[in-house]
Amino acid sequence: MKPTDIKDSEYFHRVIDCQFACPAHTPVPEYIRLIAEKRYADAYMINWESNVFPGILGRVCDRPCEPACRRDRVEEKAVAICRLKRVCADNKGDVKSRMPGPSTQKNGKKIALIGGGPASLTVARDLLRLGYSIDLYDDQPEAGGFVRSQVPSFRLPKKVLDEEVNAILSMGVNAHLNTYIPSMKDFLAKGHDAVFVGTGAPRGRDLDLPGRQAAKDFVHVGIEWLAGVQYGHTKKTGKTTLVIGGGNTAMDCCRTARRLGGKQVKVIIRGTRENMKASPWEIEDAIREDIPILEHLSPIEFIMKGTQLKGINFKKQQSDKADQEIVFIPCDEVLLAVGQQNAFPWIETDIGITFDDQGRPRVDELTFQSGLGHVFFGGDAAFGPRNVITAVAHGHEAAVSIDLFCNGKELKKRPLPFTTLAGQKMGLHDWMYNSQVSDEMRQKVPMVPKVKSIKDRLLEVELGFNPKVGLKESLRCLNCDIQTVFAVKECIECDACVDVCPTTCINFLKNGEEEDLRSRLLIPAKNKTQPLYVSDTLPTGRVMVKDEDLCLHCGLCAERCPTAAWDMQKYTYNPSKAGQR
Amino acid sequence: MNSKRPVFRHPDLPKNNLGYTRRDYEGLDSTLCAGCGHDSISNSIIQACFELSIEPHRVAKLSGIGCSSKTPAYFLGRSHGFNSVHGRMPSVATGANMANKDLLYIGVSGDGDTASIGMGQFVHVARRNLNMVYIVMNNGCYGLTKGQDSATADKGSSSRKGQPNPFEAIDLCEMAVQLGASFVARGFSGDKEQLVPLLKAAIGHKGFALVDVISPCVTFNNTQTSTKSYHWIRDHMEATATVDFIPQQKEITAQYEQGATQSVSLHDGSAIHLHKSDNSFDVTKKRVAVNALEHHREKGQILTGILHVNETLKDTHDILETTDKPLNTLTKKELCPGNQTLQKIFENYR
Repeated sequence: MKPTDIKDSEYFHRVIDCQFACPAHTPVPEYIRLIAEKRYADAYMINWESNVFPGILGRVCDRPCEPACRRDRVEEKAVAICRLKRVCADNKGDVKSRMPGPSTQKNGKKIALIGGGPASLTVARDLLRLGYSIDLYDDQPEAGGFVRSQVPSFRLPKKVLDEEVNAILSMGVNAHLNTYIPSMKDFLAKGHDAVFVGTGAPRGRDLDLPGRQAAKDFVHVGIEWLAGVQYGHTKKTGKTTLVIGGGNTAMDCCRTARRLGGKQVKVIIRGTRENMKASPWEIEDAIREDIPILEHLSPIEFIMKGTQLKGINFKKQQSDKADQEIVFIPCDEVLLAVGQQNAFPWIETDIGITFDDQGRPRVDELTFQSGLGHVFFGGDAAFGPRNVITAVAHGHEAAVSIDLFCNGKELKKRPLPFTTLAGQKMGLHDWMYNSQVSDEMRQKVPMVPKVKSIKDRLLEVELGFNPKVGLKESLRCLNCDIQTVFAVKECIECDACVDVCPTTCINFLKNGEEEDLRSRLLIPAKNKTQPLYVSDTLPTGRVMVKDEDLCLHCGLCAERCPTAAWDMQKYTYNPSKAGQR
Repeated sequence: MNSKRPVFRHPDLPKNNLGYTRRDYEGLDSTLCAGCGHDSISNSIIQACFELSIEPHRVAKLSGIGCSSKTPAYFLGRSHGFNSVHGRMPSVATGANMANKDLLYIGVSGDGDTASIGMGQFVHVARRNLNMVYIVMNNGCYGLTKGQDSATADKGSSSRKGQPNPFEAIDLCEMAVQLGASFVARGFSGDKEQLVPLLKAAIGHKGFALVDVISPCVTFNNTQTSTKSYHWIRDHMEATATVDFIPQQKEITAQYEQGATQSVSLHDGSAIHLHKSDNSFDVTKKRVAVNALEHHREKGQILTGILHVNETLKDTHDILETTDKPLNTLTKKELCPGNQTLQKIFENYR
């Protein structure tokens, strides 16, 4: 293999598993270290800069970082990154003074944002700082989009949501709420320099089955029903409620139904529990609230008795049987959570924005630009339903594009990320980070007792880590951003690093092709998603090969190295934001 | 070392025949200098014992005084150990071995502990061919007392102090061959590929097995002018042969070129295979070993690998014709067989 080019900005980025997996590339280990130092406000601001909604995401994030966490491969469980984010949001104190106020210097450009969800708010935050004027349009009375209308308050209290949404609005957004845009063509006539569409994937899919029409008073589309609950229009549900679908919306529906008087709430899925789309922790929470999940059932008919819904007939999905059994499950209310669709009835087809057969706009995956040059899409509106953190990442990229566009620059030439590599040595064997690897297991998040939380849909179920538990959990972080940097010229091949490495990552051997090298390591490197760090040729003709997979970043190789050929250096990686280049 | 070694290990750590991983053979964290060759030797011992599936409780580690003699703390943490008096490890090993011949005795000593203060002891334990592995961690200096030249430092070699050593060096391997040791090998801490098989062969051998391991002292004796530095050894190292140790239960499947391979069968049915570059080198002949050592020294080279094996020599127990049962298991009944037996013995002398 060729020697690894550590100057390539993506190499060490990839080693920081959590940051690499995060769509917004939040520098996770950096803020976790600050939590350990009780610098909650500093940790919050790092998050705010990167993911804009730390308090919200600290509760409802889809956490792509956690399955990626190295700790998950080293022992059993990932660092509770999401809950640590909440720790810094809960304990940050007043950070208003650290937020940018309304921008005074305007650059004369006007940008319109349609839809007031996380993607649009991110664009607003990034562009306001640069002096753009922002007009935000939303058909709801308050900004926030999906996180406001569909995420139940027992998971995300209104106070937290308001604080972070208002932080952006108060930077000088001209918010036009309760304003539905009926025609894109007319809207474009307003003459904005650029338009960003972040209207989400607002339409829940329906189930067109026999009896659906007759049962319309008892059957609701999940996301619409959740919005009704959030805005106080829906106050109770049937005693026996069935939720059809296995995604996170289904989990929100069933748990909300429990709080609105649903004594028996069941979730019905076509497949198996292992294949459910919902996050494992959300499934756990639903089961904890006595909600059974029935597998292998697909609905075929709504059964009425007079004007009342009696139940639903399901077909038992068993692949090995030809004639499938029909199962009747009684119920008096049904919530459908079988997916969301994009819907743009308000965008005319003759103005230059084109759509694919699924009704999604054709959008450039890098620039988020649509067929119409000054119109950009982001969040769920662009590529279908994903999650909040992805919407934020889209917002950042779209803001970069809009800024390039307004300055007449090439959109495909993206500004490079900001990276630094800084030595961490303090004394002979002393590092600027806590290199000691904690052997604590993942801390449990305390919850409000079930009996109490079921009674009140506004009561947040999770209590979050207190600072003491948060400290324990934060010390579990392996500091994957502190890189092991190898200087081939200094190495005397004494093997000290090989001997001390607790996870047998370091090898000295004859070079070969990647496949061959992977198989010849002291412990073969089977995890191909993790790179090998290969040095230049050493005096004995061998090369140093480090399998990055299970490196604990404990710094022992550097401590035991007599010639400082190994050094621990902190790698910072920040994707470029709009206006930074 | 400032930090504690983390408790986590690679989840794919291989297991040996006993179901143990390498971790079960580890000891405490090393407190030696960073880069010390001794740490590599400790790790090679761990590796050899792991690969041979040796039960840790069947091993006794013995040492004297010095940097080298600290290392038994850093390997085989679940074995018996005795950190004895300076240079007196052979006496303790002899005593222990006499009492219980069933254990594997690994003696660890340094060049000072063996070639200076312990020379008298070393000579006699080799001469008696005590069944043990005697490892010398040989760095040519007294690292624990700030790096003075030791008795194995080559004439003319100079350490960090800069003064060339005016005295002749003792070659422990050559001495051991002459004294009647039945297994003599030399390794280098920076070459585990060679060292681990050497240690495995030494463990498999019955009788006195000396493994002299050149182990650079990074702090005091790794200079450009030292003949015990990493780069010097690498530049001047010659091996007698590549060594394969074949444990008894393993079928021999590898095929080697005729004539270039020499096999030595050990008492327990295992075997040492030597793949040699020079076919005239016969490891079973004492004189060949001495000649080869002298020859390489004249050329300024360091000869490594297995230098001499003689499986026909008796070990101390066989020479003394001790009982088959370990002496420490003999009870009063066997040791004091009573008046009748005594009378019978007296009869023999009448």
